[in-house]
Amino acid sequence: MSAASVTEPSARAKGIAGFLVLLYTVITLIPLLWIIATGFKTGPDSISYPPKVVFSPSLEGYVNLFTDRTRATPEQLSAMQPPTNFVDAIVQRRGEVITQPSKFGARFLNSVIIGFGSTFLSVFLGTLAAYAFSRFRVPLKDDLLFFILSTRMMPPIAVAIPIFLMFRNLGLSDTHLGMILLYTGVNISLAVWLLKGFIDEIPREYEEAALIDGYTRFQAFRKVVLPQAATGIASTAIFCLIFAWNEYAFAFLLTSGTAQTAPPFIPTIFGVGGKDWPAVAAGATLFLLPVMIFTILLRKHLLRGITFGAVRK
Amino acid sequence: MAEVILQGLTKSFGTARALSEVSLTIPDGAFVVLLGPTGAGKTTTLRLIAGLEKPDAGDIRIAGASVLADMPAERDVAMVFQQYSLYPHLTVRDNLAFPLRSPLLNWPEPQIAARVQEVASVLHIAHKLDNKATRLSGGEMQRVSIGRALVRAPRIFLMDEPLSSLDARLRAELRIELKRIHKDVGATFLYVTHDQIEAMTMATHVGVLDRGRLVQFGSPREIYEDPVSTYVATRLGQPRINLLPADLFGRAPPGATQIGLRPEHVRQGEGVAAKVRRVEHLGDQSRLHLTVGTHDLVTLTDVHTRHVPGDSLLVRPENPLWFDASGTRIR
Repeated sequence: MSAASVTEPSARAKGIAGFLVLLYTVITLIPLLWIIATGFKTGPDSISYPPKVVFSPSLEGYVNLFTDRTRATPEQLSAMQPPTNFVDAIVQRRGEVITQPSKFGARFLNSVIIGFGSTFLSVFLGTLAAYAFSRFRVPLKDDLLFFILSTRMMPPIAVAIPIFLMFRNLGLSDTHLGMILLYTGVNISLAVWLLKGFIDEIPREYEEAALIDGYTRFQAFRKVVLPQAATGIASTAIFCLIFAWNEYAFAFLLTSGTAQTAPPFIPTIFGVGGKDWPAVAAGATLFLLPVMIFTILLRKHLLRGITFGAVRK
Repeated sequence: MAEVILQGLTKSFGTARALSEVSLTIPDGAFVVLLGPTGAGKTTTLRLIAGLEKPDAGDIRIAGASVLADMPAERDVAMVFQQYSLYPHLTVRDNLAFPLRSPLLNWPEPQIAARVQEVASVLHIAHKLDNKATRLSGGEMQRVSIGRALVRAPRIFLMDEPLSSLDARLRAELRIELKRIHKDVGATFLYVTHDQIEAMTMATHVGVLDRGRLVQFGSPREIYEDPVSTYVATRLGQPRINLLPADLFGRAPPGATQIGLRPEHVRQGEGVAAKVRRVEHLGDQSRLHLTVGTHDLVTLTDVHTRHVPGDSLLVRPENPLWFDASGTRIR
């Protein structure tokens, strides 16, 4: 009954493995927790030495993140009404007045538009291209596929200057469209290759059955292939989004205002009145959320996607 | 329901010739079974008619009109694949309704529901209608894929070994069911199988393919009793036909090098001496494995035979078939 199975690990081995995984998880999560915690500290708490692990939470970082403030003049201080909400309370306590909302909201929205826009475009074009490569006799198929892959072999930043000049001449600098096209260009090779792998695994018989059942090829693609490629599409989308969302170098180089994304914006918080660590940490925390939510929503697909094709059925 | 005519159908995949000038008329309402080993071109024939492959040469006419330029959907054929044919992301119900919801048919939903229910009960899968297609046993999956062909009334049913993955009982049941559909609806079938019982009981015509060529086409009885070659003769018959040197039992017609003896064509009690090697009691019949000289021979005998291995008896051929050195029949 209790004879050790060859393929099933023993309880002790499982226990050790579980402990190691847990330990690794905790260690990797510490910086993340530190950032999230810093976002809820006050300025002095955030730079106190030794570091404060237990502290009284404050929304100061978030208030600072979303507002531009100046030090209040004595007249303003004397004319000040008692605070009516928590934002005013925090600002007044520090003897400041709000001059205007900060640009963080707009920059964050740019990140969302550009990140999700380029992800959608990469996955959309990638799926169509991957299907064609997988199913049709494309002349020079192998060469084309290699060419697509080769665009990924060079670090994109190596062509930063030509791209910068091209964007300036085409009027794409600091535009949403420009950034979406750029990130799509970088991601499309990954999307085509990943998705081709997934679509190759879907037996042709399904489409053939649909063709005979009275559907056109495109309808068969939409009704039969797409639902089965959902796993691949989801994991490809996550990889594309993570790249576009985190990209810093091109965003720094090609955007300055209208289309600036959050990554190049967050460090600029430093410029205004000293090193505001809580505001930076608050910005980083909020910046984490969309990718995190997106990944959690698609996690089932992602797990299946990463191991997909690893085991031959 | 329509007559299907294949004319000089030829198809190669790369350098491999899959079909060579196959010409065949499938009469309206016929049940044509294609026989042949793997690689003989049976599946290719079905795929060409369905429109999944384009022939290199030749023509396919359904109800008098060439369908070569038509998309699979426009040909109005139904096909049951050997495997892999259920849409895994859909329920059984949606799988069955899939052809009826196609832009080509686009039936109203209430009518679809009724038709799906009807087909499901014929195939004994009514209780599984709301299961995901992937959560069925192999036999159930195959029944659903047969069902998906049956929901509509196509001009021809193409079936690629549809019963091969089923257990014996279900196979017998569905065999009768398909035959009933063939009779009731008057549908035209082109059916690929390895199974002799399916071929003999269901077919109105049998076509035998050998490396892409149609070597004989006729009624099941013709194929069984009057084969044109040893190749055709070995396609049907369980146990297989005995192929022995022509002179084993005495004088042979000029040119004959082989004598073909169906197990039931061995008369016992006279002729040459044979030794019993083995006796198989199958219940409804008994098989005698004999040795004549240095050659083995299988014949049928009385269910309650007293023979035991080592016994000697006399045998002689009855209605033998003669073949020349190339395997061609000599009449």
